[in-house]
Amino acid sequence: MYRYVIKRLLFLIPTILGVTLIIYAVMSITPGDPGRAMLGTSALQADVDAYNAALGYNLPFPIKYFNYVKAMVIDQDFGFSYLTKQPVFDEIWPRFLETLKLAFLGVFIAASVGIPFGIYAAVKQYSLWDTVPSLVAFFMAAFPSFVLGLLFLYFFSLKLNLLPSYGIGSFEHYIMPALAISIPPAAQNMRFTKSSMLEAIRQDYVRTARAKGAAERTVVWKHALRNALLPVVTQIGLSLGVLIAGAVVAEKIFSIPGIGSLIVDRIAYKDEPVIIAGTILISICFTLVMLLVDIIYAFVDPRIRAKYSNTKG
Amino acid sequence: MNPQKVESTTVDNFKRPSQTKEIWRRFSKSKGAVIGFVLFSIIAIMLLAADFIVPYEAAIKQDFTQQLAAPSREHFFGTDGYGRDAFARLLHGGRTSLSIALLATFSSAVLGSALGAISGYFGGKVDSFIMRSLDIFMSVPDILFTMAVVYALGANFTNLLFALTLAYFTNYVRLVRSQVLNLAEQDYVEAARAGGSGSTRIILSHIIPNAVGVIIVNTTLNVAKIILYESTLSFLGLGMPPPQPEWGLMLSEAREFMRTAPWLMFFPSAAIVITAASINLMGDGLRDALDPHLKS
Amino acid sequence: MAHTEIQNILEIRDLKVIYKTDLEVVEAVNGLDLTIGKGKTLGLVGETGAGKTTTALSILKLLPSITGRILQGEIYFDGEDILKKSEHDMQSVRGNRISMVFQDPMTSLNPVLTVGDQIAEAVQLHNPDMSKEQINERVAATLNMVGIMPSRSGDYPHQFSGGMKQRVVIAMALSCEPELLIADEPTTALDVTIQAQVLTMIRELRDRLGTSMLMITHDLGIVAQTCDDVAVMYSGIIIEAGTAEDIFLGDKHHPYTVGLFNSIPNLDIKSDRLNPITGLMPDPTNLPKGCVFAPRCNHQMEICLEARPGVFEEGTHKIRCYLFSEAAGNSKAGVDLNAE
Repeated sequence: MYRYVIKRLLFLIPTILGVTLIIYAVMSITPGDPGRAMLGTSALQADVDAYNAALGYNLPFPIKYFNYVKAMVIDQDFGFSYLTKQPVFDEIWPRFLETLKLAFLGVFIAASVGIPFGIYAAVKQYSLWDTVPSLVAFFMAAFPSFVLGLLFLYFFSLKLNLLPSYGIGSFEHYIMPALAISIPPAAQNMRFTKSSMLEAIRQDYVRTARAKGAAERTVVWKHALRNALLPVVTQIGLSLGVLIAGAVVAEKIFSIPGIGSLIVDRIAYKDEPVIIAGTILISICFTLVMLLVDIIYAFVDPRIRAKYSNTKG
Repeated sequence: MNPQKVESTTVDNFKRPSQTKEIWRRFSKSKGAVIGFVLFSIIAIMLLAADFIVPYEAAIKQDFTQQLAAPSREHFFGTDGYGRDAFARLLHGGRTSLSIALLATFSSAVLGSALGAISGYFGGKVDSFIMRSLDIFMSVPDILFTMAVVYALGANFTNLLFALTLAYFTNYVRLVRSQVLNLAEQDYVEAARAGGSGSTRIILSHIIPNAVGVIIVNTTLNVAKIILYESTLSFLGLGMPPPQPEWGLMLSEAREFMRTAPWLMFFPSAAIVITAASINLMGDGLRDALDPHLKS
Repeated sequence: MAHTEIQNILEIRDLKVIYKTDLEVVEAVNGLDLTIGKGKTLGLVGETGAGKTTTALSILKLLPSITGRILQGEIYFDGEDILKKSEHDMQSVRGNRISMVFQDPMTSLNPVLTVGDQIAEAVQLHNPDMSKEQINERVAATLNMVGIMPSRSGDYPHQFSGGMKQRVVIAMALSCEPELLIADEPTTALDVTIQAQVLTMIRELRDRLGTSMLMITHDLGIVAQTCDDVAVMYSGIIIEAGTAEDIFLGDKHHPYTVGLFNSIPNLDIKSDRLNPITGLMPDPTNLPKGCVFAPRCNHQMEICLEARPGVFEEGTHKIRCYLFSEAAGNSKAGVDLNAE
């Protein structure tokens, strides 16, 4: 178990290097350059070249990549924004925290609504507790976050004047964005938990538990649920990816100063340092969550645990 | 003897209808699946026949005398801020979105299934190389990666298709790999190998056909996911370049006029949700039809 | 058949069970009669799909709640009709007075709980007053009984082989010393060598604990080694029943039983090939009006296609076939079924 955690932590290194490489490679295909983007179309070519040279933009790709990684690892230096000239880290960190707050609020809502309803729907299959939430979840799974966001904005801010339509600051500001991004994954979690639970309930070992004389409640909570929740844990980790996408949209719609909307905005300026650093930060966070998911998984499932404590693999 | 077994004996030994027929029978017995199928067919036919219903011209021609007109007999869904017919934009935009979604689903399924089959079948170093690379690839959240690709390559049909394929093929690698790992242990594969069949032949004629059910269900559900995802991209301004209409873009433009012309927001929203829901209905029905024991 | 002085631990009368789905109705058990004497072992024999497991699950009232339904019949366990018992009462019967060993040991243990916990659960459910130490002692004793070192009680199912898992399942089933043990093809999923070991163990434990047993199997060899009585099941009906002698040594048999015996390889008689029964079991969603075996029967008569045959009784031996019943006339009764 211990060894497994270490191993997974070590895998963070190639992951982060891989992520930087992917983003770097993709961005290096882009036509145009920061000098042109910064100085405008009317600037002299010589000025643009000088600007690019000063930024180290014209170095060959492998050297640029190597320099970047070296600075990042040794000096924790993510460079300066092409656009604002501010240190990238100072610029993205507060926005990153803002996005994190939103995304984890979303994960929390999506899990705490989706899982219980999913379990209950499976246990009470074909009753109203199953059909009504399943139907609602079915429709909610067809809504993209930005549509929900816009509809909320229209009804709750514009028509009913109940909630603030943009910005941060108070608890009320987070209600609509958090709901907009968490409802679709909540619906998915509900559907996923339900089918996982139904699958678990019809396993032979559940029948064995019944044949032992266990009450239905024990059968469900002790025998079926633990097995059913294993894949759900993974699903929740993966839903963080969906929520990050949702967060980008919600930040745009509700004018929240998060890192997602920052990256979208800076793409137009080819502000590479910000885009790369932002992407890396989110990816590290995502990787850490997946690591946590795997560890929880191994903790709950003795088969996985055994696999990692008996062999070095 | 449990009910599942009864059912399978029934199917295998007695009536012997072809498997496709049996699946179709179960599919058509499910109300949801039929509703989804009918809805999706109507949508697909309308989008395909868009040119005959309302010319493309109407979707891009700006008319400043007709800005933000309310829905009327002339403009079913009103007009947008440039005086363009919203109904025409919805139909022609939907055609783009749906074709991208279908093509991206197909190409991601092919790419992902191929990689998954190779990974699962050969195992060992090939497997760990593919899976480790995939792990790294997957730690870049889809949305960031797609955004970067679309921006780097420029927003057009092909690049969008490419970006969506890259965002969605990963599911299939894992799915098909685990299917193959399961199936590779089955006796009939063992038998084929003992009979001297080569790897390619075993993958193509034994493993893929048997994994195809799961792939089909996933593919169907993925069409809906990609439609939602693609509309999100176009909402963020990373879809097809203007003036080409797209549902996400229409919504992004409608934001401005939320107060004065809310219908501009409602119709594309409804179009996205109904299309995705109808595909999901079909996908669910198909899953139940292919895997009947999940129902009982 | 009075059950006043209760010599039978189990008595099933005219049981009818269906599975109903959106698409079809499967008639799994169709008027089944079955009796197990106290301390006796009954072998329930039949092909896959004959309704053996459905019968077993009906006894425990564990049919799939959504699809399975008992339409009619009575199941007397120790003189009480189980079908009239509440779910709550059934819970104190299951695992305590009637236990079941399932076919596939690979899937019938919960993968996330230790085997010790799973056995302890059964003990604790039916002995709520026991202290933790007492329960642990019982678990250790039970594991010992099935030949597993008690020190392994902290292990998880995946750490055991198939045969060992089945031993754990048997330990669990016997932990409360039930009056009736239902063993549903307990050795089918095991390797041949392990089969013999497990079977011997089941027999020994049965004899030691004096448990009555319902042994469900499709293997006549197992029946010969284990059972006092035999019931042959076909399409949800018992078509022949009697003592083991009646079935293995008697001269009158249902044509299906004859077919079953003929399809076993016989080392004493030199023959080039096996004699399987031709055809398939009838579609359980669409059973024939007459005798369920008639479509495959070599001795088919007109009447066989028209109505279900009654029971022909001769001492302990019962056969459901027109060849022996009054309706078919006595002339047919002595027909030599083995001449084929």
